[in-house]
Amino acid sequence: MTGHVPLSWFLALSAVLFSLGVAGFIFRRNIITMFMSIELILNAVNLTFITFAYQRQQVAGHLFAFFVMVVAAAEAAVGLAIILTVFKNRETLNIDDLDSMKN
Amino acid sequence: MDLILFIVFALIAVVAAINVVVQRHPISSAVSLIAVMGSLAVLYLLLGAEFLAAAQVIVYAGAIMVLFVFVIMLLNAGGETKAGRSFVASLLGVPVLVALLILLTYFTARIYPRQTEVHFGGFRGGTAQAVGRALFTTYLLPFEITSILILIAIVGAIVLARKELE
Repeated sequence: MTGHVPLSWFLALSAVLFSLGVAGFIFRRNIITMFMSIELILNAVNLTFITFAYQRQQVAGHLFAFFVMVVAAAEAAVGLAIILTVFKNRETLNIDDLDSMKN
Repeated sequence: MDLILFIVFALIAVVAAINVVVQRHPISSAVSLIAVMGSLAVLYLLLGAEFLAAAQVIVYAGAIMVLFVFVIMLLNAGGETKAGRSFVASLLGVPVLVALLILLTYFTARIYPRQTEVHFGGFRGGTAQAVGRALFTTYLLPFEITSILILIAIVGAIVLARKELE
């Protein structure tokens, strides 16, 4: 071991973070926590992009990660505005109570 | 040295990510998510992505998470109650997720065996200069489209969050 990190470890870390994000999105019932799990998933994908940018020695992966970041910022602004509106109208953040499209 | 850095910050990221999922109160999840993003910024730096490491701290840990914390405090939402409705979900959830994780790691380890090793300084194309040059030449059209997307998002957020006029 020369003190260098195998590339696959970064990908494995990304897979772990992605799975945890999916777990949070599925198991949690609070709409804000679910939203944060989506951010966790996007971060895991960004790590994959940057790892492959290192492997291929190209800057293109960084740009895709950058675009993911920008879109995540836009998504957070709109999503949190939607959450505010939902809370104003329904007085709840529990996803199980927001089922008016069910029937 | 690189290995120690990777292990330390990967551990912080994984533990904080588990904390995001298991914490009952949203504000605890938000603080843990900031820890995940900070440690990921260090890993980006290890991979030679200087510009993105800075952007990660400024945009993600700074702007987006502040937005989250503001909304959590504005809504004054308490901890969530246990739902426990679906029997199938509670039975199959964890095994299916572990299977997803094993599949992901298996295929990444199989397709990308330990041929490439990451060391700090192994990739020097991630500076602000290189990223900016690529952004304003090859990727100019996506860049302009994202700027329009952000404009739409701003307008949408204002329309959604404003008070209704009588």
